[in-house]
Amino acid sequence: MNTTLRRLASVVMVMFVALMVSTTWIQFFQSSELNDDNRNVRKIYAQYGTPRGPIVVGGEAIAQSTPVDDEFGYQREYISGPLYAPLTGYFSLVSGTSKIEDTENDFLNGQADALWVDRLQNLFTGADPQGSSVELTIDPEAQQAAWDALGDQQGAVVAIEPATGRILAMVTKPSFDPNRLATHDTQAANDRYEDLLNDEHDPLHSRATNTLYPPGSTFKLVTAAAAIESGEFDSGTVIDAPVTYTPPGTTRSIPNYGGTACAAGNEQTLAEALRISCNTAFAKLGVELGAETLREQADKFGFNGAVDVPFSTATSVYPEPPFDDAFVATSAIGQWDVVATPLQVAMLSAAIANDGELMAPFSVETIRDAELEVVQQSSPRRLSQAVSASTADQLTDMMVGVVESGSGTAAQISGVTVAGKTGTAQHGDGSQPPHAWFTAFAPADDPQVAVAVVVENGGSQGSEATGGRVAAPIARAVIEAVLNG
Amino acid sequence: MSAVVAEAAVGRTVEPHERRPARLAELFLLVLALAAGIGAFAMVGRATTGDLPEGFWVASGMLAGVALVGHVVLRIRAPWADQVILPAVVLLNGLGLATILRLQLSGARNMVGADAASNAVYSLLGALVAFALLWFLGDHRRLRRFTYTAMIVGLALVSLPLIPGLGQEINGARIWVSVAGMSMQPAEFAKIAFAVFFAGYLVSNRDTLALAGKKVLGLQLPRVRDLGPILIVWAASLGVLVFERDLGTSLLFFGLFVAMLYLATERSSWVLIGLLLFGVGAFAAANLFPHVNARMEVWLHPFDAELYDRVGGSFQIVQGLFALGAGGLFGTGWGEGYPQRVPYAFSDFIYTSIGEELGLTGLLALLLVYLLIVQRGLRTSLAVRDGFGKLLAGGLAFVMALQVFVVVGGITRIIPLTGLTLPFMAQGGSSLLANWIVVALLLRISDSARRPSALPVRGQVAPGGATHEPIVVGSAGTTPDGRPTGTPASGTPLPRRTPVNGGPTEIIAPQPETPKGEHS
Repeated sequence: MNTTLRRLASVVMVMFVALMVSTTWIQFFQSSELNDDNRNVRKIYAQYGTPRGPIVVGGEAIAQSTPVDDEFGYQREYISGPLYAPLTGYFSLVSGTSKIEDTENDFLNGQADALWVDRLQNLFTGADPQGSSVELTIDPEAQQAAWDALGDQQGAVVAIEPATGRILAMVTKPSFDPNRLATHDTQAANDRYEDLLNDEHDPLHSRATNTLYPPGSTFKLVTAAAAIESGEFDSGTVIDAPVTYTPPGTTRSIPNYGGTACAAGNEQTLAEALRISCNTAFAKLGVELGAETLREQADKFGFNGAVDVPFSTATSVYPEPPFDDAFVATSAIGQWDVVATPLQVAMLSAAIANDGELMAPFSVETIRDAELEVVQQSSPRRLSQAVSASTADQLTDMMVGVVESGSGTAAQISGVTVAGKTGTAQHGDGSQPPHAWFTAFAPADDPQVAVAVVVENGGSQGSEATGGRVAAPIARAVIEAVLNG
Repeated sequence: MSAVVAEAAVGRTVEPHERRPARLAELFLLVLALAAGIGAFAMVGRATTGDLPEGFWVASGMLAGVALVGHVVLRIRAPWADQVILPAVVLLNGLGLATILRLQLSGARNMVGADAASNAVYSLLGALVAFALLWFLGDHRRLRRFTYTAMIVGLALVSLPLIPGLGQEINGARIWVSVAGMSMQPAEFAKIAFAVFFAGYLVSNRDTLALAGKKVLGLQLPRVRDLGPILIVWAASLGVLVFERDLGTSLLFFGLFVAMLYLATERSSWVLIGLLLFGVGAFAAANLFPHVNARMEVWLHPFDAELYDRVGGSFQIVQGLFALGAGGLFGTGWGEGYPQRVPYAFSDFIYTSIGEELGLTGLLALLLVYLLIVQRGLRTSLAVRDGFGKLLAGGLAFVMALQVFVVVGGITRIIPLTGLTLPFMAQGGSSLLANWIVVALLLRISDSARRPSALPVRGQVAPGGATHEPIVVGSAGTTPDGRPTGTPASGTPLPRRTPVNGGPTEIIAPQPETPKGEHS
């Protein structure tokens, strides 16, 4: 039996060598692949184990990590969660990270390359690694004002400082509470996440930056800008303003709001057309300018380009020509396939307010390490010269007219000149109430804030809604909050 | 047998050398094993609660007590027993308890099942049963009387989980028995019963099995009528697969059975027939039973998204692989990883828990410790003089190797995952108790194997006891260095003697493993 015993011993040897090889294969050669699998939550666990840096607005933390006595060590908390959700995003075991929590993750968890000095220090002092704090550009009063003014209506508000591109307010409704996703009770977080995903109003989706709406009449600013930039028009140029306009090559006519004439004699100045938001005048003007010109002007205002603030936003679209004049006409008044985010519409006003210079919007002001040393400081960045300074001046005057005596009088603030533009955008098959828009900046002579407001389906006023009635008061509230703050 | 006899004649089977009880070496190794185990308790506590864990002194005292009592029992009742097995087992048991404690202290919701205290009690119980066995079973050959009793006990144990009301189905496999709130895995004990049965049965029937029958294609096929009891056990192990749906236990019995047949008959035809039979059974099961088929799919494509999300799918094994991957070369250290993410990290998947926190280094060391125990068992089998002891030690050592292989191979995807537990480490009373009994048997046989062959002495021991003439009985040969050797008739109780004053003792003869009357 000893021969067979020796053979059996060899078999045992082979079995154990096989186990050692397979274990080595997994732990050494497959290790990094396994660690990178997105079903492996150890990465998130490791992040939960170190104090994550706070997200700060106006000197107060709106997201912070507090020590808790569980397997993770720290719980992420959001103060005023729904108010800031479109900015902070969430940090969740179940749904991962989003928005600032996602893009600034390396800084928040202290693993960013720029923090290597801190990590080296920690190595010597034995201190635990600590996350950096991320300070946002948000003006807390403007944010709160926008939230309050929007009330129970669905929609979004974005406010930008025109000279720099700093985002001062970003509100979306309905919103969600990131705390309920950040809970370490994964079952509860999972249930909540499922609910949010299945919610017909899609609260996880930030309307301010990621929903594309037809911009409606706010897009007339682009058409007007293209007209003035062409050199053939100025604010005083008299243009046709028929009761209905039928673009060449089609039989579908474009009416005015309410089906009325824009002016006696069916013609008016460009400024006048913008003031009362005359559809036929701008549709005809758009066809005269041509789709190429409109698209070029739209691109300069930021359409068709990716905008990261620093999280990515939906790209607003002016379709690529050529297309039929019927579409050119509707595109010139912000309908058909023209879509824009509220952020984009705010950028439109901001560029006009900033002498035609479009600044890249951003929401992260400063990143400081655990010792409050500045690690990264954002500086304003120019995106493009959307229009010349003189065009911007004319557009500003025209927009002031809109608020003083046009469709946007509800945005008037005593003692402050407000420049604005309303929009009432048809969408879908037209059976639902239109989206109400308003975009504005103020003060007109020294702009501090540009704002865009969209209220879905007319908000509380339903089919009776216009941008001037529903959206303009919200914009006014935000402007007041910024100017008084 | 001719090859073995020839080997014996030139003295290769067991090198003749002086033997001495090695209990002091064992004591030293025990101290090392205790240091590792108790150190692990302390580190686990420090890492999770910042202080020594609750019950640290009790647990450490218990482990040390087990080591000390075992050592004393061996000194008195089995002084010649192998000196490595007990320390190795104490080490594994200690590390296992530390790991379970660590998982329990994690407080994770899916770790509420981890219970280091009750497992410590079972360890203690297992060790005490083992020591009692060592104490009262003076000679392993007495077990041979229970050959057929063992078969019946084994078959009864295997079929227990099938009794309605008694058997319990956990995770698809029906290998549990629950009595009065206590559950146990009878298969763990059945493997010992079967090893005893095979050893007793084969030592009596090996010649018939080996020599009678036709030769086909160079393979000596056994006669059908000699196969009776073997077919019964084959059917039983396949029955486990079919009715209890546990591939691991089935594989364990089958491997034991094939290995011992091969040991006894020296016919590789048995291995082929065995593997063939098992292959057919497994293939049929994979095709007939969705449960087995699902296991196969999980084995082949664990990362498949659909299988990962399916209930009873690959979630566990993938989480286990994540744990191993996170451990890397050196591990995260006690309490620094997330082994509790893996379902059953304290029992079926304790291997990945250790892999995550002690790393590849720790696991390779662990495998080496298991290999050490198994190889010591096989060595014992090689050295022991009686056929029954040889088969029993060989079978028990192999079944432990196979169990480690099935568990670790299942986790590292060499074979499909099964529900077996890692001996001495995984949480589970049955497994601990049964494997401690295996250890007791191996120690008992090793004592007999290494004990100087006590031969009837003719004449007197030389004055002062320094030297003496060994007396040769039975067939005798002379080793190359000219020292005489002796061969006692196997199975005969012999008077024993131990050397005096450390002088040279009797020289052990190479021991041809021959049944009575086979000398030519």
